[in-house]
Amino acid sequence: MKNIANLSLRDISKTFTSEKGEKIESLSSISLDIENEEFICLLGPSGCGKTTLLRIIAGLDRPSTGSINLDGYGIDRPNPQIVMIFQEYSLYPWRTVVANIGFGLELRKVPAQERHLIIKKYIEIVGLEGFENSYPYELSGGMRQRVAVARALAVDPSVLLMDEPFGALDAQTRNLLQQELLKIWEKTKKTIVFVTHSVDEAVYLADRIVVLTPRPGRICEVISEDSPRPRDRTSIEFAKVRRHVLDLINQPKCSLP
Amino acid sequence: MKKPLYFFLPVLILIAWEITATFINNAFILPRLESILAVLLNPTATTYTMGTGSLIDNAKASIIRILLGFLLAAVIAIPLGIGMGRSEFVHEFFDSTIQILRPIPPLAWVPLTLAWFKIGITSIVFIIFIGAFFPILLNTIDGVRGIKKTWAEVAMNLGAHERQLMGKVILPGAAPTIWTGLRVGFGVAWMCVIAAEWLPGTTQGLGYLILYAYNFGQINVVVAGMVAIGLIGIGFDVLFKWVEKRWFGWRSLER
Repeated sequence: MKNIANLSLRDISKTFTSEKGEKIESLSSISLDIENEEFICLLGPSGCGKTTLLRIIAGLDRPSTGSINLDGYGIDRPNPQIVMIFQEYSLYPWRTVVANIGFGLELRKVPAQERHLIIKKYIEIVGLEGFENSYPYELSGGMRQRVAVARALAVDPSVLLMDEPFGALDAQTRNLLQQELLKIWEKTKKTIVFVTHSVDEAVYLADRIVVLTPRPGRICEVISEDSPRPRDRTSIEFAKVRRHVLDLINQPKCSLP
Repeated sequence: MKKPLYFFLPVLILIAWEITATFINNAFILPRLESILAVLLNPTATTYTMGTGSLIDNAKASIIRILLGFLLAAVIAIPLGIGMGRSEFVHEFFDSTIQILRPIPPLAWVPLTLAWFKIGITSIVFIIFIGAFFPILLNTIDGVRGIKKTWAEVAMNLGAHERQLMGKVILPGAAPTIWTGLRVGFGVAWMCVIAAEWLPGTTQGLGYLILYAYNFGQINVVVAGMVAIGLIGIGFDVLFKWVEKRWFGWRSLER
């Protein structure tokens, strides 16, 4: 299946009109082919439009120009094959863990019995056994994000979009969830587009790191990373890649709009 | 008893009442507690209530009226509030009218209500409706606006259509605040029903009973009626709060 362009972005630009009536260009001609089962990290400074790009792929925002194709079909609205995981506040506080995970299945009218089997499977995958009937307010930030991941996986999409999903967590929890995300990714074979502003996170996770410039966000460089996983953050190899990325984002061509 | 101080003042007031009543010895001003209790402890007796039916009958009449006016208010205010909370257009259309009408106290509507609906239950129900309407409406708008954007986006991203978005995100998300509106609205409506029962042509209800009893100098019935009004008010409030805690507890627990 490798080397088949699965998700392709063609010449995506986005211009907002601010409240004062100024035109603000947020993204500028982004073109990228993402392969099946690939793990892509979008790396860029705050305000570079990486979240906007993710929202456009999710069909939640429309691009000003350009198009998105998934397996050859144009995307201009939310598509069942592409599911987004938000940074926080995405769980429904009136629903238990089980009911949150089953939400997408409920929308798709999956019969209750089948739903329970699927929920059970993903509860195990994300390691939430014993918390089935807890409410989000009873869970830590890390556990809430596990629920969000399980909810997204439960509808079995081919593409997962993750918008700084671990950005609000402490460093230890963050590292742990990164490890587990990689395990889940290897198990479930999803294409993942992961937005982050952390070089460390990108180097740890990605097959390819797409470095974006400050606003308006353009692709400055795409770095392929083929070192085997799990990657050792303390290794010299890891430090080298990290330094390479850091050097790159400090160069004028990546650090200036 | 965990909080002995909590009941200290009420007991003190009752004792002071009884001593003063004995001292004054005038049941037209301050009836003895026994005579008030006699009415309250025989809520089905018709002997104290001068042909208006028993205390229970009068309470029933008031409760039926309040339920009619309150439910009518809820049925109109909740959908309108959802519309105004969801759509800037709907909000812009209705808001000016609502802002103008809202500060008018429900009882200021009485003369106009009589002109429109004449004497009878329609007038009373209308006054209750006015009282309950605005708290329900404003809380519904607040509740819908307080829905986190991400909640709606998650649903749309997972493929929810408009009806699913309403039923599975907007309504449950706004429900706790709407419920607060219902509770507050019910409290206002309960005050309105008592006063509305003073309208001419009324022949039953707790409000009617206390005014009627006053005209006959039956102050013990007046006070017993007031206590009944208070108790029923507390009873409904406790019920509302119980439901809030049971089903909508997540709002106060959510960080």
